[in-house]
Amino acid sequence: MNYWPLLGVAVVVVGFVLRMNPALVVVVAGIVSGLLAGLSIPDLLTLLGHSFVSERVLLLFVLTLPAIGLLERAGLREHAHAFITRLRGMTFARLLIAYLGLRQILSMFGLTSIAGHAQTVRPLLAPMAEAAAEKIDPGLDDQQHERVRAMAAATDNVGLFFGEDVFIALGAVLLIHGFYAQHGIELDPRHIAIWALPTAIAAFVIHAVRIVWLQRRLTKRRGNPHAHVDGRDQRPAP
Amino acid sequence: MIRIEYINWLVGALLTVVALLDVRARRPAHAAFWGILAACFLGGDAVETAMQHGNHLPAQLVGVGVIALALLAGSGKLIRRPELEADGTSRRASAKRLGNWLFAPALIIPLGTLALAMLQPWLHWGDVFLIAKHRATLIALGVACVGAAVAALALTRASVSAAALETSRLLDALSWAALLPMLLATLGGVFAATGVGEAIAHLTAAAIPVDSRTACLFAYAVGMVAFTVIMGNAFAAFPVMTAGIGLPLLIGMHHANPAALGALGMLSGYCGTLLTPMAANFNIVPVALLELPGPNDVIRAQWPTAAILFVANFGLMVLFVFR
Repeated sequence: MNYWPLLGVAVVVVGFVLRMNPALVVVVAGIVSGLLAGLSIPDLLTLLGHSFVSERVLLLFVLTLPAIGLLERAGLREHAHAFITRLRGMTFARLLIAYLGLRQILSMFGLTSIAGHAQTVRPLLAPMAEAAAEKIDPGLDDQQHERVRAMAAATDNVGLFFGEDVFIALGAVLLIHGFYAQHGIELDPRHIAIWALPTAIAAFVIHAVRIVWLQRRLTKRRGNPHAHVDGRDQRPAP
Repeated sequence: MIRIEYINWLVGALLTVVALLDVRARRPAHAAFWGILAACFLGGDAVETAMQHGNHLPAQLVGVGVIALALLAGSGKLIRRPELEADGTSRRASAKRLGNWLFAPALIIPLGTLALAMLQPWLHWGDVFLIAKHRATLIALGVACVGAAVAALALTRASVSAAALETSRLLDALSWAALLPMLLATLGGVFAATGVGEAIAHLTAAAIPVDSRTACLFAYAVGMVAFTVIMGNAFAAFPVMTAGIGLPLLIGMHHANPAALGALGMLSGYCGTLLTPMAANFNIVPVALLELPGPNDVIRAQWPTAAILFVANFGLMVLFVFR
């Protein structure tokens, strides 16, 4: 066995640790790995080019940008913010947990591309989560705002990953099914999907608890006299 | 019939417009970057067809293009300062005026995708389907985006050139982060073709006590996480780890249930996806989209979920796999 191509992995690790430009690191790693595997330069270019072209769908989210850009210019994020501020009873935890559950259920039906970081998180979920967090503490600093936005993105990821694997006709289940079929083990895709269900439920519970903890931390912070408070009388979150 | 090729061409056309705007604004590095990428999208089908006919030259040209894209990204010239946010008041005024109507075009993207994807089998005239069956959801997403853009133009009464400028602003802000998912998937293809996966599975299998079924199971689960972290994709890790450890040791020697092993093993890998900057479309693109300061801020927000979930998932593996 030729272990030299593993140096490509080392290039990735070193590049990321040294904080070099990830795009450059990744391409260099591919070239290193290919050359050490004994590929000729023309074959390596073919492999790079063909792999790249066959992954085009990964850039499809670009098509959301004209609509999202226009709406942002017309104040979409400001309005999403104001909408949640006005909505009574919509707490930070309720908003994110509802999104998590919805994202998981939709993904379970294979509807993975209807939401995402470009489609829903940046224009809608992130400003809404910030508005809900400001209801707890109007004097949130930049760092808290960033935490809240990062949590919105994390919630989208968890919902997507741990819903998609339960769906039968696409992605993970078909890959598992196809892999076993290649090796002479015939399985019913439904029997594969069913084993993913307990973990999907565990993912929902674990992440929901973490969202509630973050809400608690934001609430506690408000009670801290050292924290910045702007003196307005704010109703506590229900 | 709308096929996925047309959607790819649409992406190519949009990228061309962005490249031309960058030419006009005298940002040559940006213009070259988006221009090369646009060519890959406009010519992508031709490249794939040529490959099938044994002509490797177009793919090799794309390979050269990929290296050029990486060099442009690494040159540090793709930085564009965000324009001063002086129009905050006008945005707030417009938000007040348009109110909840602003949500309508934004919701056309998810709801339109949902409707078109579900109605796909019924949307046809005779033998001609509106949307091709192959990758129907992605085509539906593309069509819904066009619908949303038209609705946004109508609602905000903005010009088409304003839409182009906004797209250019958002794309230049994303810069190379937008491209990273494609580059990483490409690297996955290269690693698979050069035998990196087999080498890793080989080393792992040599390092564990194969008589203990729990040790094998643990090595499999941890291997799925580790390899997913390296590759950025659980789908790339699964065949490697399952062929290296799953089939010979767990199923062959210790009689594991293949369905439970496969499903739960894949989920271990998903925990790894939450931890790695290599899964750029999930963990790095949102950092750019949400203007977070640290490159790993999204991973920082989700690693505790991943860690606890990995433990829970491994518990389920111990319970279910050897039944």
